[in-house]
Amino acid sequence: MLPAASPIILQMRSITKEFPGVKALSEVSITVRASEIHAICGENGAGKSTLMKVLSGVYPFGSYDGDIVYQNEVCQFKDIRASEEAGIVIIHQELALIPELSIMENIFLGNEPTRFGVINWAQARIRAVELLARVGLIEDPDTPVKEIGVGKQQLVEIAKALNKSVKLLILDEPTAALNEADSQHLLDLIRGLKSKGISSIMISHKLNEIEQVADSITIIRDGKTIETLDVKADGVDEDRIIKGMVGRTLESRFPDHTPKIGEVFFEVKNWTVRHPQVQDRLVCKGSSFNVRRGEIVGFAGLMGAGRTELARSLFGRSYGNYISGTIIKDGKEVTLRNVHQAIKHGIGYLTEDRKSLGLNLLDDIKTTTVAANLESISKFSVVDVTEEYAVAEKYRKQLRTKTPSVDEGVSKLSGGNQQKVVLAKWMFADPDLLILDEPTRGIDVGAKYEIYGIIQELANQGKGVIVISSELPELLGISDRIYTIFEGAITGVLNKNEASQETLMKRMTAVKKTA
Amino acid sequence: MNAIKQLFGGNTRQFGMIFALIALILFFQVKTGGLVNGLILTPENLINLVNGYSYILVLAIGMVLVIIAGHIDLSVGSIAAFVGIVVALTMRDWGIPWYMGVVVGLVLGALIGAWQGFFVAYVGIPAFIVTLAGMLLFRGANQFFGKSLTVPVPVDFQFIGTGYLPEIGPSTGYNNLTVLIGLLAVVAIVWGEMHSRNKAVRLGAVVKPLWVTIFKLVLISAVILYATYLFATGRPGTSFPVPGIILGVLILVYGFVASRTTIGRHIYAVGGNRHAAALSGVKSKRTDFLVMLNMAVLSGLAGMMFIARSNASGAYDGVGWELDAIAAVFIGGAAVTGGVGTVVGSMIGGLVMAVLNNGLQLLGIGSDLTQIIKGLVLLAAVVLDVYNKSQGKPSFIGFMTKRLGRKDESGLSTAEPLKETVSTQA
Repeated sequence: MLPAASPIILQMRSITKEFPGVKALSEVSITVRASEIHAICGENGAGKSTLMKVLSGVYPFGSYDGDIVYQNEVCQFKDIRASEEAGIVIIHQELALIPELSIMENIFLGNEPTRFGVINWAQARIRAVELLARVGLIEDPDTPVKEIGVGKQQLVEIAKALNKSVKLLILDEPTAALNEADSQHLLDLIRGLKSKGISSIMISHKLNEIEQVADSITIIRDGKTIETLDVKADGVDEDRIIKGMVGRTLESRFPDHTPKIGEVFFEVKNWTVRHPQVQDRLVCKGSSFNVRRGEIVGFAGLMGAGRTELARSLFGRSYGNYISGTIIKDGKEVTLRNVHQAIKHGIGYLTEDRKSLGLNLLDDIKTTTVAANLESISKFSVVDVTEEYAVAEKYRKQLRTKTPSVDEGVSKLSGGNQQKVVLAKWMFADPDLLILDEPTRGIDVGAKYEIYGIIQELANQGKGVIVISSELPELLGISDRIYTIFEGAITGVLNKNEASQETLMKRMTAVKKTA
Repeated sequence: MNAIKQLFGGNTRQFGMIFALIALILFFQVKTGGLVNGLILTPENLINLVNGYSYILVLAIGMVLVIIAGHIDLSVGSIAAFVGIVVALTMRDWGIPWYMGVVVGLVLGALIGAWQGFFVAYVGIPAFIVTLAGMLLFRGANQFFGKSLTVPVPVDFQFIGTGYLPEIGPSTGYNNLTVLIGLLAVVAIVWGEMHSRNKAVRLGAVVKPLWVTIFKLVLISAVILYATYLFATGRPGTSFPVPGIILGVLILVYGFVASRTTIGRHIYAVGGNRHAAALSGVKSKRTDFLVMLNMAVLSGLAGMMFIARSNASGAYDGVGWELDAIAAVFIGGAAVTGGVGTVVGSMIGGLVMAVLNNGLQLLGIGSDLTQIIKGLVLLAAVVLDVYNKSQGKPSFIGFMTKRLGRKDESGLSTAEPLKETVSTQA
């Protein structure tokens, strides 16, 4: 049981929430104490986000059953504003900042300090500087939000919450888009807030972070509370959390795999690319690397190091301005001027940003599955819809995509299943080299394991697979060889047996010291 | 009640535009003299309706593709007017035969479309601005070349705007070709629907119950056969009019292109998510270009159909057409943000506007009130559609036109079950 050290700030009692045809939450209860970091763990679709939306008033009082007791009062929030007034602020996975507005304007958006309806910018500035200092962000408050990185944007969100005199901060996947350093800064900040009496509820798939910062953990599975763990008293570790989440022990986080590596078939030499807007900035600086048949090659680098930029510039120059460099595939030099040519030459690229770059959310599963290889099921430009259905159905079975039918819209799928559909799209395009950019971002443990299996299966078929990932344990677990990138340049390559988090991290940051 | 729900895709509120259309027709029929003697469902009036609105529907076909791709075209009326005057002038001054006039018109339309498509697709100027410029430019060009005068067109050219099918075969009291076309349409629709249904069953896909399909087919067939009867029994020498045939062929071709071909898929993909489409190998710029090009060609065709009907090309032809075409598309269920819409839906939307115009005219209601009513109908139709989509219910048009179009259901949904209307279980 929890030590009765600090008073209870929030109790959600027997929350039940139904959508037409689905019971998203069934009798879920959680208890959060003052000055604690409370993690909520569960697979995708377990009901974590729904629970937080109930708490923050996104789903108003009356649309759910059960009680929310906050600071010893039963609360009936009718919208987000009501919960914010009570001091509960939610920071969503997709940040709610306006890119064109400045940091200061974003902090005070909807909450502007006014006098007779006129914004008092002088006061706002003083307050903004103060808030930025509290979150440890060193930026001019007039900088437009679009010009700072995701990590700093996350801090602006927290500053915004602090401005609303938050008592309970809800963070939905706060570090999903952050690199290691930014994540660490954010976690430290949350710990700092805790020491100042602000409690946090944190939803995260990064179990190592939870283990690191959380005081207690509530595990939710299939819309039900499974258990609440006290991290220190119960000696909780990652395996323990996984066991609670999936209801069984996962023997291994990665499927067994004996690579069958062939000869080098894809080679890039001196690849140099300029930033699309900034004239004198190179995003790829003379990068050279190769991929062998049947090999899974990892690309490690901090966010912004140029991993995605490298991948997309190779994929038919879909990013940046090409300056120089050659691509040699199967011993022949090829020029890929656009995505169409890249696909024709057997290259596939699965984007890190599934929602805005990877999927047409208006589409259904079958249209998405065939989208990158429409020609193969078309005769004289006429799409064979029978064949389309058959193809989609084949991949649905093979990848075990959870859906009632392939006619279903992709917007209705969970993140893991959406990712499977996008993978199916590229598997159907049948590339020789498949570049996977953050293939398991925002996906739960069970689905991750399945996706690793699919990646290994693709390698077994003799394809080359490049995996770009911010999670080093993932790269170490799945790759046969790992390249490290720092500031657009490749700084080294390590075989699986010589690589460790330390050796990789050194190469992902080392250059700075000598430069 | 359950039976009705099955038919309308789970929602009795979902009578949608088809029922609005039928209700509208019946309403005006009764108002203009009773169910039997009304003025709407007479051969003469229907022929007028088809001749008078088919060019707008031709524009709506092009417009729905433009809107699906995420653009808009404001220049269609001006292009129609410009193509009209050029065709009229070349036929009068150079004496080229009528069919060469048609070719000139289509080629000129394509050139204009290439001009606008270039700016939209390859220079990256928003279509709203490019076509706003085009609207001024081609209106001016019409008046410059035509010297703001009215230019008559030769009689044989008028065939494409006012012509009828010839009388052939035995004298049956009906126009034989019209009857034949009507029967073929019914056979084709029944065969097509059953064929795709059987295919779906064979693949193990989820299909509507058989009686729903049969009911739908009986309904559609009855409407077609009744229309056939009316068109075939008009004044001797009349039949289903030529503009209607041009329109019908275009609907079939474009409906098929939009739903079943790679270029159609690309249009939906680009409109739905431009970046995702580009990263799947779709040449999005080329798609934009073709969509704008096609729109201008159809504008040219609409312009020619209009001058053929009014026997002359004038300086104020095509004023406001763009708005009628855009209204038809949105009433027909397309989304302003792109990615959603169907050719058949737009046709239904266009017919709603046409019947409204026609009915109010027959009732002797002035253009002031007519405009007010049309404005309200447009707003109401879109409000209804947005409301239904926010409820996560498929639209009725979507079901009725499923075979020809593919984008219909709940285009606004997110990864979560949609907005809550779950009744409070207190």
